Amino acid sequence: MIDLDRRFSPIGYLLMKSFDYVAPKTIADVVGLLTVKGDRARVLAGGTDIIVQVREARRDLDLLIDVKAIPELCALSFDRERGLRLGAAVPCYRIYENQEVRRAYPGLIDAVELVGGIQIQSRASVGGNLCNASPAADTIPPLIVYEAVCVIAGPNGTREVPVEKFCTAPGRTVLGKGEFLVQLTLPPPKARSGANYQRFIPRNEMDIAVVGVGVSVTLDASLSRCVAARLALAAVAPTPLLVPEAGAALVDGPITDDLIDKAAALAQAAARPISDMRGDADYRRHLVGVLTKRVLGRAIARAKENG
Amino acid sequence: MSTKVHIQARINGRDTEFLCEPRQSLLEVLRDELHLTGSKEGCNNGNCGACNVIMDGRLVNSCLVLGPEIQGRSITTIEGIASPGALHPLQQKFLEEAALQCGICTPGFIVAAKALLDQTPKPSEHQIRHWLAGNLCRCTGYDKIVRAVLGAAEECGAKSINPA
Repeated sequence: MIDLDRRFSPIGYLLMKSFDYVAPKTIADVVGLLTVKGDRARVLAGGTDIIVQVREARRDLDLLIDVKAIPELCALSFDRERGLRLGAAVPCYRIYENQEVRRAYPGLIDAVELVGGIQIQSRASVGGNLCNASPAADTIPPLIVYEAVCVIAGPNGTREVPVEKFCTAPGRTVLGKGEFLVQLTLPPPKARSGANYQRFIPRNEMDIAVVGVGVSVTLDASLSRCVAARLALAAVAPTPLLVPEAGAALVDGPITDDLIDKAAALAQAAARPISDMRGDADYRRHLVGVLTKRVLGRAIARAKENG
Repeated sequence: MSTKVHIQARINGRDTEFLCEPRQSLLEVLRDELHLTGSKEGCNNGNCGACNVIMDGRLVNSCLVLGPEIQGRSITTIEGIASPGALHPLQQKFLEEAALQCGICTPGFIVAAKALLDQTPKPSEHQIRHWLAGNLCRCTGYDKIVRAVLGAAEECGAKSINPA
């Protein structure tokens, strides 16, 4: 049936279905609107996912709530004691142009520098990438390995959720009625720690990960052993995936090729990839092994630079 | 249909007011309301860069910005690149290098390259190719475009040393 409200403009292109737009100045206003409107409202940060979804009629809503006028959502502050506070609407470029953040969280910088092109990085936010909950989201594995915590506002006040528990299925999150993501907090980097995120795509830029792997390591004083390690995968499961057994294997002995092979094998075993146009399941599982070794090499080198 | 909203913004250096529906993208506002048809619709989903404009100094896809979001902001479109009576060196070099064929992608490439030269006056070829990864050309190919941007950067540099 033809939807008369979704029509072509006089010069030919597809207009979005009508909706209202508001740009509230406080968190409480957003919670109030989301509580009343439920699924008929959605938060707008950079718009690089939601506008496309509305235009292509993949999402039907009555209200977009622009959160970029709220100071907490646009905050970006780093403190050696308290770590990083990252407002959910902060665009990628503000993160990678911040020299302190570049030094402290290179694994996050790896990801924000390869989301889309320059135009997308001007607008797209890490918070939005997380809330869009794509299994292939590039910024989620680094958030997981950096032990990021989601600060969520809702009708019952504020709650915190570890980032690896935030996504529940493709496009779905733990956010309940009236709730939205305000900030992400990342603990301060430890001495002798390093992280890295890499993805595989068939071209150099502007593509969606076939597989993405993020890892963080903290080395002991001799720089020959990991005392802590976290590994996370993208595009091989319905949600980005923390692989605790790979992290546990990495602290179980001195760093050798064998230890790295073991971690790679555990990462491969944890992957539950599907076959689609970007790659079949076997290919993806193979890539998990290859990329795990590469990111571990880079993360360990970075940790040694911090040693 | 939702109510139209009244927006004030600075567009190509001129204070501008318009009415738009919230569902209208900045690209639709530019073309349909303000009749600035230089910005093109290519993919309309953020992949091709044909609709590129500069918003408060940052390169954006105008198809992925809502009209109401530009309240109080400053926008430069392809129409604001040339100075009165003279093409911008980027436009001149695109002509000299024949860096266009059908022309649909050209405004986006020129605006994107302008944003690059504004922040990196002497980009390397690698920097240019990386920066322009979000712009697609489906007829001429990229070599002539990259050469045009390199040439324009050189000319802009020469001009800033010996202003006319």
